[in-house]
Amino acid sequence: MNSTGTTRSPAFEARLKKRYAAERRFRLAGLGAILFSVAVLVFLLATMTFNGIGGFQRATLQVPVDFASVALNVPAGVSDTDAIVRALEGQGLADVVSFSAERALGKAAAGEINPQGWRIVAEKIAADPSLLQGRHVFELPVTESLAAALRGDGHRELQPLARSLEAKGQLATGFDSGFLARSDATDPQQVGIWGALKGSILTMIVTLALAFPIGVLAALYLEEYAPRNRWTDLIEVSINNLAAVPSIIFGLLGLALFLGLFPHMRSAPLIGGMTLALMTMPVIVIAGRNAIKAVPPSIRDGAMALGASPVQVVFHHVLPLALPGILTGTIIGMARALGETAPLLMIGMRAFVATPPGGFTDPATVLPVQIFLWSDEIDRGFVERTSAAIIVLLLFLLLMNGVAIYLRNKFEKKW
Amino acid sequence: MSPSLLLLLALGLGLTAWLAARARAWSFRRADPGVRLAALPGYHGWYVALWVLVPALLVALVWNAVMPQLVLQSVLADPAAASLPPFGMLRDSMLAEARAAATGAAPGVFNPAARALIEPFRAAIGRFEAIGLAALLVAAFAGGAWAFLRLKPDFAARTRVERAVMVALVLASLVAILTTLGIFISLVFETVRFFGMVSPIDFLFGTHWAPDPMARAEAVDPSRYGALPLFWGTIYIGAIIAMIVAIPLGLMSAIYLTQYASPRWRKWLKPALEILAGVPTVVYGYFAALTVAPLVRDVARSLGVANASSESALAAGLVMGIMIIPFVSSMADDSIAAVPQSMRDGSLAMGATTNETIRRVLVPAALPGIVAGVMLAVSRAIGETMIVVMAAGAAANLSANPLESMTTVTFQIVAMLTGEGSFDHPATLSAFALGFVLFLVTLTLNFIALRVVKRFREAYE
Repeated sequence: MNSTGTTRSPAFEARLKKRYAAERRFRLAGLGAILFSVAVLVFLLATMTFNGIGGFQRATLQVPVDFASVALNVPAGVSDTDAIVRALEGQGLADVVSFSAERALGKAAAGEINPQGWRIVAEKIAADPSLLQGRHVFELPVTESLAAALRGDGHRELQPLARSLEAKGQLATGFDSGFLARSDATDPQQVGIWGALKGSILTMIVTLALAFPIGVLAALYLEEYAPRNRWTDLIEVSINNLAAVPSIIFGLLGLALFLGLFPHMRSAPLIGGMTLALMTMPVIVIAGRNAIKAVPPSIRDGAMALGASPVQVVFHHVLPLALPGILTGTIIGMARALGETAPLLMIGMRAFVATPPGGFTDPATVLPVQIFLWSDEIDRGFVERTSAAIIVLLLFLLLMNGVAIYLRNKFEKKW
Repeated sequence: MSPSLLLLLALGLGLTAWLAARARAWSFRRADPGVRLAALPGYHGWYVALWVLVPALLVALVWNAVMPQLVLQSVLADPAAASLPPFGMLRDSMLAEARAAATGAAPGVFNPAARALIEPFRAAIGRFEAIGLAALLVAAFAGGAWAFLRLKPDFAARTRVERAVMVALVLASLVAILTTLGIFISLVFETVRFFGMVSPIDFLFGTHWAPDPMARAEAVDPSRYGALPLFWGTIYIGAIIAMIVAIPLGLMSAIYLTQYASPRWRKWLKPALEILAGVPTVVYGYFAALTVAPLVRDVARSLGVANASSESALAAGLVMGIMIIPFVSSMADDSIAAVPQSMRDGSLAMGATTNETIRRVLVPAALPGIVAGVMLAVSRAIGETMIVVMAAGAAANLSANPLESMTTVTFQIVAMLTGEGSFDHPATLSAFALGFVLFLVTLTLNFIALRVVKRFREAYE
């Protein structure tokens, strides 16, 4: 035994080795935890992308229609697309299309054209009446059963038909630009997200218009003017608590209060926006207070010394300097509101709405609720559409968060 | 006139008033170059503009609130209304149809008897809209004229405008209290009505949950309103399964990020974790229902569990745990960072390895903050709705088997309020009672957590 090297006994060496091994294990466990979380995120995004790619496509049949042999005409002097479509419907355009399809593709294939497909022909004619002079090929959507057969699932008896049409080049899957332009429907081949997207945009406008001014003003008051007393303490406590109240409770409030006040406005973006504004406001207040607190007192003192009134100090100097921070918090709060579903279910925004809302008081649905509604459908076509809608929603959220991070980096100041 | 047009009109009037008053203030200076205005011309503008806008908006608000009632009264006074059925659903639906047709919201009416009412409705709406518009204009002009006439070179417009600004600030900060009060009152009000039909004891301690929205509201069967299985499901999914996932993963992530990761890695990994918190809950719900729940079921079947359900508490809890990870990790991150560096250095100087320092010094010192973070995470998990709505199932089950379908408080709130029941039915009202319990529980958790954090922060300062 070495008497001077008092510590390095074999037992010690063993113990040290064990401790270092424990250290490595611990470190790996930490890395594992974080990598696992990131892996789940990647898995989630990959699943959605993988499923959703198909949702941006739809199957179309090429149907040649010879207008020369039929007497269809666009009423003179009418320019409204809807009126022209109705007029063509009255002249039997639907039958013309299905007859042409039957002659070109056979009876079985013609039966699988989407019942609403002739509308596309009508809209094309409305845009360009000269089409009625000759023979043109239209790409018309098919029924969900044929689309499923083309994908290789669904009805087995339709699959040979799909294969043969595909081999002849008459049936193809292509990018469905209409997915972003249409609204909800009962057939997955016909659905789109424009209605829900527009509802989301209108709802967000209401939310922003209410939550931003109220939140900023409340933050200014609490941080700059409020005396320290029981009232302001109460305000502070209620803001902090509101920020942590479950969102569904705000839905209950919206249901009991707003729908009690405006019973006609069930599922209107106005009510949805007001409900979400109450939820977003505390987030903006908390972010705003931090941003205002970060503005150094010397700025206030300088302005004050030049004779500015307290209101001028805040609105001319403090607020502009704090604005980037407030905006960052606002964007994050709005992103949360954009993804929120539960409170909007409470105020009736789960209705089937097939036309995009025209204004703030029209019945509407929003993107997350649309996703929820589609997720209940068992059709395979809806699974793809749901994932595609999720991709759109996530892109919006990433964009908003990206802007928030950019703002934070760009305007972050060291005083 | 639609509300948005009225708003635009009021804003237009305000802008005009602002320009006119500012020009007036400038004219004082032009008339007498030696005069010193008591306020900048812009403040004169704001003063008059406020006097135009505030009365106009008040009138618009009040009128929008009372007009439907006035229109209804006037229509009911019309001879055509004499043929209406006296009370009940039919009468209401006929009135609603006629109103929709009169405003152009619907192309026509289903009930031919309602057709006679369209014209009276249209006339009454036109009449009262005209009256409202006139009242708005009168209020705007009266306010504007009064304010405009007060403008003088020595008029202290600024102090008055600033007083208005302060009023706006106070009002804005009162919104938070009003919202809290609104939540409290609306929940308590409906809950009391519910407890008038079902006793609180039956509700809180009963073990059988099967409300029947179709049953007659007068003959309530209190034994069907035992919410204990819901509370159990909520706690089991949100506070047990989700936390078994979230606490170790969140805590270890925070430890790795604060203690081991190089700044470069930290810069990438931390935002990646934060994305998990930004994914909408409906997306998690879809992920849970579409991917995780079948996976859980298949794994359970392959392990020999025959009756594994495709909607299980485990699937919902796992996904919820993933969602909560960034929440736990950022709270743990903060409280570990708040432990003084000297404590860490002291431990390392004694020869402890980093993990011994973390486990024996940092984590115990940061424990109050971590516990507070966990409580906030629990409160968020039990308030979470979409994941359980989409993945946990509807069966009220008092069971400890994670593979069984379970239901939660939030699920039942959604189920009860999106059904067909009327607003006086105990099944509908029970949603508010459930919401009230949820509100109280989350509030208590948050309150304790905030207190713990506050006390803990003071310890090291």
